[in-house]
Amino acid sequence: MRHDAPLASPVPTRTTCPYCGVGCGVLAAPDGRGGAAIAGDPDHPANRGRLCSKGSALGETLGLGTRVLHPLKRNARGAYDRVSWEEALDAVAAGLKAIIAREGPEAVAFYLSGQLLTEDYYVANKLMKGFIGSPHVDTNSRLCMASTVAGHRRVLGSDTVPGCYEDLDSADLIVLVGSNTAWCHPILFRRIQQNRAERDAKVVVIDPRVTATAEDADLVLPLKPGSDSALFAGLLVHLADAGLLDHGYIERHVAGFDAALANAREIAPDLVAVANLTGLPQTDIASFYALWAGTPAVVTAWSQGVNQSAQGTDKVAAILHCHLASGRIGKPGAGPFSLTGQPNAMGGREVGGLANMLAAHMGYSPAEIDRVRRFWRAPRMAEHEGLKAVAMMDAVADGRIKAMWVMATNPAVSLPRADAVQAALRGLDLFVVSENVLSNDTLAAGPHYILPAAAWGEKDGTVTNSERRISRQRGFLPLPGEVKPDWWIICEVAERLGFEEAFDYAGPHEIYAEHAALSAFENEGSRDFDIGAHAELTRFAYDTLQPVQWPVPAGKPEGTPRLFAEGGFFTAERRAMMQPLAVPALAASTSEAFPLLLNTGRVRDHWHTMTRTGLSARLSGHIAEPTVLVHPDDAMHFGLVDRGFARIATAHGTAIFKVALDPGAQPGSLFAPIHWSAENASDARIGAAVHPLVDPFSGQPELKATPAAIAPVAFRSRGFLLGAEDFALPEGSWWTRVAVEGGQGRLFATQADASELMQRARKDFGDEGLLEMVDAERGLYRCAVIRDGRLAAALFLGPDHDAPVWDVVKLAFASEQVDPRQRLALLSGRSLDGAADQGPTVCACFGVGLNAIRTAFAEGAAITVEDIGRKLKAGTNCGSCLPEIRRIGAQARVEVPA
Amino acid sequence: MAEPLVIIGKGMAATRLVDELSQRALGRYSIAVIGAEPRLAYNRVLLSPLLAGEIGEPEIELKPAAWWQARGVSMLYGKPVTGIDRAAKTVMLADGLALPYGQLVLATGSKPLMPPVPGFELPGVATFRDVADVALFRTVAATGARVVVIGGGLLGLEAAYGLARIGARVTVLHLADRLMERQLDREGAGLLAAEIAARGIDIRLNCTAERFVGTERVEGVELTDGSTIPADLVVVAIGVRPRVDLAVAAGLDVNRGVDVDDGLASNDPSIFAIGECAEHRGLVYGLVEPAYEQARVLATRLAGGTARYTGSLLATNLKVSGVSVFSAGSVEPGEGDEILLLRDPAMAVYRKFVLREGRLAGCVLVGNTTGALFYLGLIRSQQDISPIRADLPFGEAYCARAA
Repeated sequence: MRHDAPLASPVPTRTTCPYCGVGCGVLAAPDGRGGAAIAGDPDHPANRGRLCSKGSALGETLGLGTRVLHPLKRNARGAYDRVSWEEALDAVAAGLKAIIAREGPEAVAFYLSGQLLTEDYYVANKLMKGFIGSPHVDTNSRLCMASTVAGHRRVLGSDTVPGCYEDLDSADLIVLVGSNTAWCHPILFRRIQQNRAERDAKVVVIDPRVTATAEDADLVLPLKPGSDSALFAGLLVHLADAGLLDHGYIERHVAGFDAALANAREIAPDLVAVANLTGLPQTDIASFYALWAGTPAVVTAWSQGVNQSAQGTDKVAAILHCHLASGRIGKPGAGPFSLTGQPNAMGGREVGGLANMLAAHMGYSPAEIDRVRRFWRAPRMAEHEGLKAVAMMDAVADGRIKAMWVMATNPAVSLPRADAVQAALRGLDLFVVSENVLSNDTLAAGPHYILPAAAWGEKDGTVTNSERRISRQRGFLPLPGEVKPDWWIICEVAERLGFEEAFDYAGPHEIYAEHAALSAFENEGSRDFDIGAHAELTRFAYDTLQPVQWPVPAGKPEGTPRLFAEGGFFTAERRAMMQPLAVPALAASTSEAFPLLLNTGRVRDHWHTMTRTGLSARLSGHIAEPTVLVHPDDAMHFGLVDRGFARIATAHGTAIFKVALDPGAQPGSLFAPIHWSAENASDARIGAAVHPLVDPFSGQPELKATPAAIAPVAFRSRGFLLGAEDFALPEGSWWTRVAVEGGQGRLFATQADASELMQRARKDFGDEGLLEMVDAERGLYRCAVIRDGRLAAALFLGPDHDAPVWDVVKLAFASEQVDPRQRLALLSGRSLDGAADQGPTVCACFGVGLNAIRTAFAEGAAITVEDIGRKLKAGTNCGSCLPEIRRIGAQARVEVPA
Repeated sequence: MAEPLVIIGKGMAATRLVDELSQRALGRYSIAVIGAEPRLAYNRVLLSPLLAGEIGEPEIELKPAAWWQARGVSMLYGKPVTGIDRAAKTVMLADGLALPYGQLVLATGSKPLMPPVPGFELPGVATFRDVADVALFRTVAATGARVVVIGGGLLGLEAAYGLARIGARVTVLHLADRLMERQLDREGAGLLAAEIAARGIDIRLNCTAERFVGTERVEGVELTDGSTIPADLVVVAIGVRPRVDLAVAAGLDVNRGVDVDDGLASNDPSIFAIGECAEHRGLVYGLVEPAYEQARVLATRLAGGTARYTGSLLATNLKVSGVSVFSAGSVEPGEGDEILLLRDPAMAVYRKFVLREGRLAGCVLVGNTTGALFYLGLIRSQQDISPIRADLPFGEAYCARAA
């Protein structure tokens, strides 16, 4: 509970969601107690009032319990002492100065984040590339959208998303490639579903994994990992052979077509070849090609399945080629569409936050370097592309980079070989982290300084979403403690490095205006990114800025929904340039030792490393434990059982996950979520197992296909803890932390037996108010600590095959008082009426559990998902659970035939 | 004409026998009930609440006079029996009357044991057996007198509680290292001791009375360690001995009690024994339930039916304001037995279950005895409890839901 919160304000603040790249508008009304009522902004074009489960729960994630509120300095013992901003900023600046003087500017690097606002990004990029003179600025967008950036630039000549969200409403065919849109971009998925319902649009899902997104698609193509470009090369050949090319468009606006088509014919001469490469049935491929070829209003949208690949740039190019060759680009309902992962990946790309960009979508040509130098009046320009994330961490490891400043991201979890990254960071001469939280895996690498940065709800600036729409993200909470915005921190350091006047801003509006001016500087339509109309923006105009899609050149304040319908690509000849593709292949192939492919990605209700979503009990109820999805056949073959445990091993690291059998998983592939870290699980740092092989153009690592082995792990006992946050589980226990109503819980498995846990519990909890149930021979121990009538803590342990279920005890833990008559019954872990047995959360927006939905179907109270919506509200907000509800209904019909 | 059935003793066993018999074969026998106490049969189990003043004397009566009359029972109260003439099949009474019988039932019950220590004959040294004792205790205790209860078993604790309730300062001396050692395990007994102590009763374990001191009347109890506990009243509750003198004199087989077979018959086929005076398969029961079971079996047989008494499962109930204790079957695990425990010390609740080969072999419930009958049923039925094992401690409803 924060004490410096403002009074509840009647007028909600218009801001944007901090999660995915959809960039939904949010209305936030502070409650005066540090929290806020959250609603979708009905006037924001991205979501028109809708929010997904994560966005809806934002109000539950505003607590200060996990925040870092003061500058911290590492002391000799490796612990942290609070220091003043003066001391911290002076020391960081002095440290940078010394290393630059000793080793040259290229010994210094910034690692930034798609979570930063455009203004923060801009000053960081400016300081590094124009004043320190190092090109080594990269960002976690390298793990996210870099292949799209490279693909866009190679083929379109600029990093330009041609279309807009309205195309998803007006398309007759939507092809989703390597995207679990239902879970990762739920609001766009809703728009697509609405289009299907109202306009009967068709949906094709192309993904090695059959996900929730594929649940009711018209066509599902579970192709072999890494074969996407073969499928689209085949489509290009099909378009040519079927005479469906737009020769006029190619003629006027495209270069390199013949070479690209010839190259496509080499890769995918016919259906047989495509079938061989993709592992798909020829009939399915044929119907996909026919559908695509026969539907002018087609949007091909992609996400990480395409990007996180060692051939991601080619995959993007292969998709772009088909749209260019058919002239289906920049037209209503037609175009290639990259769905970005992060709230401001696009903004970062615009300012030049990626190592292979300079600034404002300009690259490193001498003319561009000179232009930016003159605009910035920069004393020391970076002269060439910098190191991309993976290479940057190698340079940290081998000592070429001596100083690194990490902002708003957690590379010790998210980068490939995360353990090696964590070790490398430890070795830096100067390691600085700007953070929201007091503890994470990157902070565990021991930065010399931790700088408390403003979080969502506090910071103020702009973000750009997947459709090039710039929106304001506005603060509605005061800055807690000594927390400062990132732009302020960077500018303070810049001043201490002697660059006062270049970094003397009255606020983010001045930074944004400068950024806008740079985008227009000597542009005259030569560069896609031009927001010159905002170059003179006053603070008032900035504060009242309406969402708008760039380009917004001077004289065109209404912005630009679509580009390239009539060509006008941002190349010298104004032509798109088709590119020959490499032969489709994975960076690393499976072997006897590593016979499977490890795929990584997101779950529905968590975001990144859970520093925010991990605080919400609702969001933690959907998938509570780090769980690897395995195809039943593979499970059989490797001796895995559903809800058992398994060790995933690769050449780089290992992790232990709970096992879930998933018929939708591709045989030979594993899927593990990226969200769990050492903060919230004992053995689930999957990044440690991911290989560092990257795309030659984008430098983006292939995070979705690491050769891996899997083997069962057996534990003697399983249990759960509620409360008792510092209770020490036996050495070698597997555990995961879960937010629950009223505090924190842990699910665990251990080799220890009931009596050992009993001893620990008695020692740790003491006798006062301790209730126990002991059945040593059965390996069962349960205890609860009731103090002042409240359930303060609970520990339940059962044998491995009979893990205790915590739903009912969680309810007691959440309630203020335990009914004295229910004291003993508490240890039964059950409720007689059964009402409390929720089961796992299905609808996070309304907190509806699996059992309620099952019951509704079983009792015939519901036949369709719509009935469920009417009866339980489940699925009526973001709809990301609708596929699951549909599946539950199907199962119910099987189990209880009507 | 109806066959004469004579019942010596008019306690709870005798009353239940008449009740059962009248339901099965009313009129088949002309029944005579002979009792030493000059009053209607009453429920001894209610003596402690009577002592505690929680109920009044009328409420402890088992059956009103009208009930006996309605069943045509001749009541010979206040008429001690002097002997049994098995040859003549008659019972001799103190007033010289000789009562012929066709069938004779001994339900003479038991008498309290007195420790063989000096001073036990002093006035103020009493046992706790009948309404007369209660009257005495109430007059003494009302004055805030100091009372020493010897014996920390069921009866002693009930007496101690009753006495404390009406104002006495009570000390309980117990030979063993824990209360109710035959019915409770160490933890259960410890919890019970704490609860009783919390009610102002001083409990001393591992102590033996050396002698009762006093001149005119008892003034204290001297212990083997030499110390003396002052006392205005000493209540001895260290156990009972079956009343078997008549049976012995009649030459029946007697060990501790009158030796009976599964038909409750002594070695004289027309003489039976039930209740605390009977010994069956080497066991003499000191509780009312076995007596009732025996009465039912005997009634069935006397009515011409077939029934066998094969022994009783011992179940103990102690109920003294808020401290309830239930114990049945084995309370300590034997070789290979398994233990299931549930405890909530703050609420003085303790539940222990002894499991034998997947069956319930016994249980101890302290503080909260709900489900006692359910557990007793499981012990009797010996059904497999494996499927409900984890829910067992929480009572029938949970087990029902689990099964």
